[in-house]
Amino acid sequence: MTILKTAGLTKKFGDFAALDGVDIEVGKGEVYGFIGPNGSGKSTTIRVLLGILKATEGHATIFGKDVWKDAVEIHKRVAYVPGDVNLWPNLTGGEVIDLFIKLRGGNNTSRREELIRRFDLDPSKKCRTYSKGNRQKVALVAALSSDADLYILDEPTSGLDPLMERVFQECVREAKAEGKSILLSSHILSEVEQLCDKVAIIRQGKIIETGTLKELRHLTGTMLLVETKEPMPGLAEVKGVRGIVQKDGALSFQVDQEELDHVVRYVSGFGIIRMESAPPTLEELFMRHYEGTGTGGVS
Amino acid sequence: MNNQLFSGTGSLSRFILRRDRIRIPIWILSFVFATVATAVAFIGLYENAQERQAIAATMENPAMMAMVGPGYGLANYTSGAMMAHQMLLMTAVVVGLMSVLLVIRHTRTDEEDGRIEMVRSLPVGRLSNVAATLLVLFLVNTVLAVLTGISLYALNIESMELEGSLLYGAALGATGMIFASLTAVCAQLSHNARSAMGLSIGILLLAYIVRAIGDVGSEAVAWLSPLGWIVRSEVYVNNIWWPVLLTVGAAIIFGALAMYLNSIRDLGAGFLPARAGKVHASPLLLSPIGLAFRLQRTGFIAWAISMYVLGASYGSVMGDMESFFADVDLMQDLLVPMEGFSLVEQFVPTLMAVMTIIATIPVLMAILKMRGEEKNDRIEHILGRAVSRNRLLGSYLLISLIASFVMISLAGLGLGTVADAVMEEGFDVAMAYQAALAYLPAVWVMVGLTVLLIGWLPKLTGFIWLYLSFSFFVIYLGSLFQLPEWVEKITPFGYVSAIPLEEFDWLQATMLTAVAILLIVVGFVGYNRRDIGS
Repeated sequence: MTILKTAGLTKKFGDFAALDGVDIEVGKGEVYGFIGPNGSGKSTTIRVLLGILKATEGHATIFGKDVWKDAVEIHKRVAYVPGDVNLWPNLTGGEVIDLFIKLRGGNNTSRREELIRRFDLDPSKKCRTYSKGNRQKVALVAALSSDADLYILDEPTSGLDPLMERVFQECVREAKAEGKSILLSSHILSEVEQLCDKVAIIRQGKIIETGTLKELRHLTGTMLLVETKEPMPGLAEVKGVRGIVQKDGALSFQVDQEELDHVVRYVSGFGIIRMESAPPTLEELFMRHYEGTGTGGVS
Repeated sequence: MNNQLFSGTGSLSRFILRRDRIRIPIWILSFVFATVATAVAFIGLYENAQERQAIAATMENPAMMAMVGPGYGLANYTSGAMMAHQMLLMTAVVVGLMSVLLVIRHTRTDEEDGRIEMVRSLPVGRLSNVAATLLVLFLVNTVLAVLTGISLYALNIESMELEGSLLYGAALGATGMIFASLTAVCAQLSHNARSAMGLSIGILLLAYIVRAIGDVGSEAVAWLSPLGWIVRSEVYVNNIWWPVLLTVGAAIIFGALAMYLNSIRDLGAGFLPARAGKVHASPLLLSPIGLAFRLQRTGFIAWAISMYVLGASYGSVMGDMESFFADVDLMQDLLVPMEGFSLVEQFVPTLMAVMTIIATIPVLMAILKMRGEEKNDRIEHILGRAVSRNRLLGSYLLISLIASFVMISLAGLGLGTVADAVMEEGFDVAMAYQAALAYLPAVWVMVGLTVLLIGWLPKLTGFIWLYLSFSFFVIYLGSLFQLPEWVEKITPFGYVSAIPLEEFDWLQATMLTAVAILLIVVGFVGYNRRDIGS
């Protein structure tokens, strides 16, 4: 069942197209990773989805309703954490959490207390004294205490320490287990890798890759680390081999999935001492797309 | 004493001057120009001794003593005596405010934003920042004192001789110094910039009030306040220097206290206990309108009190108005006598216009607060939840409309009740209140225009202040400069019935209200169509 869907979403600020035909689709119970560097259009997409910006072209629905026209109806079942959390300096964290929960229409106090404890937040402090991480905790506690069906989280962990990041990941897994959907925008790729079922990579307002992590890895191939008795001078010419790097007497390189069999046969001819294989990390995948700009190095 | 405590003070002082190389000259020049302009205006307003004696008679009134300080030299009220008596205290309070703002900016604000931490990591003494701030402030106030004194003397007005002029400037500078030092102490006591600022301004106001009570009641009480000291220098009459020297001495003592407190506390800490905030929100906060009000509560209350005080201070001089008008030629030009109305009654509409235009400031601030929230990216917290744009804008609009009623009512009632109390023949409070309320529809038009700007041209919302200033200029000075009738009609305040001189014009008021509603509706339409956060 589709919870969130956009079709050809375009947003222009004057002549500049911040979004250029974005298509994403989040299903029920899915954690959808939305990755891209700063300024690629992640936050703009999210603001359009929240009805804060009006799309220039294209269509976006959440729960089958139009994100612009039915914003209020939709927001009753959505919880949102902005990337840059600005709060009111003269209100306390506790007051802001209560306000946010109330404005969504919920009232789940036991969950609130539990999350404040888990995130180790002091709700009696004024927001002006909070660090970025603490402001993010306020927004996270408010969002996660609400009984929403869709969570929209815009780089929610960029100010959190590793311990709190783990608490956050637990919370996301719990929400997923309850059948909630999550749109998680991030540029921390390890986080996306651990949490997300599906990933979309955005660059300059365009979705350049989308699919499950498995599918994306398939596109990229496998990382091999090989140490052989004899040197392999012709390796670079073998079909399907890319990105050879010398590493402590061994060679590390990437192999296209369909050429794997052929490459391993070639390598074994030189007498294998050591061989390690690993799926490419999201980072490698990501870098491949971004480094591709302009140089034409990647087909 | 350990010299290292102060290393780098010189460089830091130059750095402060560099950072404020525009701000400080603007402050100083504003004071010099304002003082000179007032002196010149006084000369123009009161052409001869007879006119000045007429105003001197009104200065015996306790309300005037509470406002501007004890009267002196009233028997021979020269231009200089009048200038110093009526202007010195008010100007000194604003000089004090300048010192408060500058000191907080360079002490607690820098500390809160982590800049002091960076400075302290350099080979700089622990006390250097406080010392440099106070050094700069003492320098600024000295320059202010000298420039003001010389400028006043340079006007070449007979009763403003050199010594008095220099004393006038020195009194201002000394006030600036004492409040710089007091603020530096407050900056050590509080935990954050905001409460340090609140505390300092509180002390400034308290000094003013204690002096007012003392001047009206007992002399001894007035000596508790530094502002009470400087008004006793009797500038241009007796030229008493020692109260000013006393003030400078006290400034040095408090400056030393600030440095001592700074030396025994940790960076980021304060001496006053930090109160733990509320863990849970009060039910009153839990709605868009609750939040909107909470964010402006302090300002709202302060403005409400100020409006009453403004009305009351106009009301307090009503009793002396007849004699005052009778003697001063210029005022007679301003107000052409009308059959069947006393001069006081004739003056009511002008006063009301001025007060309502001032009352419009908090009203517009209430609705423009939403634009500030948008600029600070806090609106998305609200709109990202189940709150419609209409409800959000409506909340701020409602507060703005309530403010319009409250502010104007308080100004009108302040004027009416106090005038009734001080005038022997009494004053018609209901009439004053009606005259004030008659301006409500005009204020609503200003609110409507602001909503329109927020809806369609959010980047140009500042235009409304320009329009309000224009309205003030036209309404207040229009008759003085003999501007043509139609100029008055470019502002909504030009369509208000001048009660009690005119009957209340229902048609005109209804039309104004209709225009306001139309502007508001169109503004809402725009707000529902545009992007947020631009």
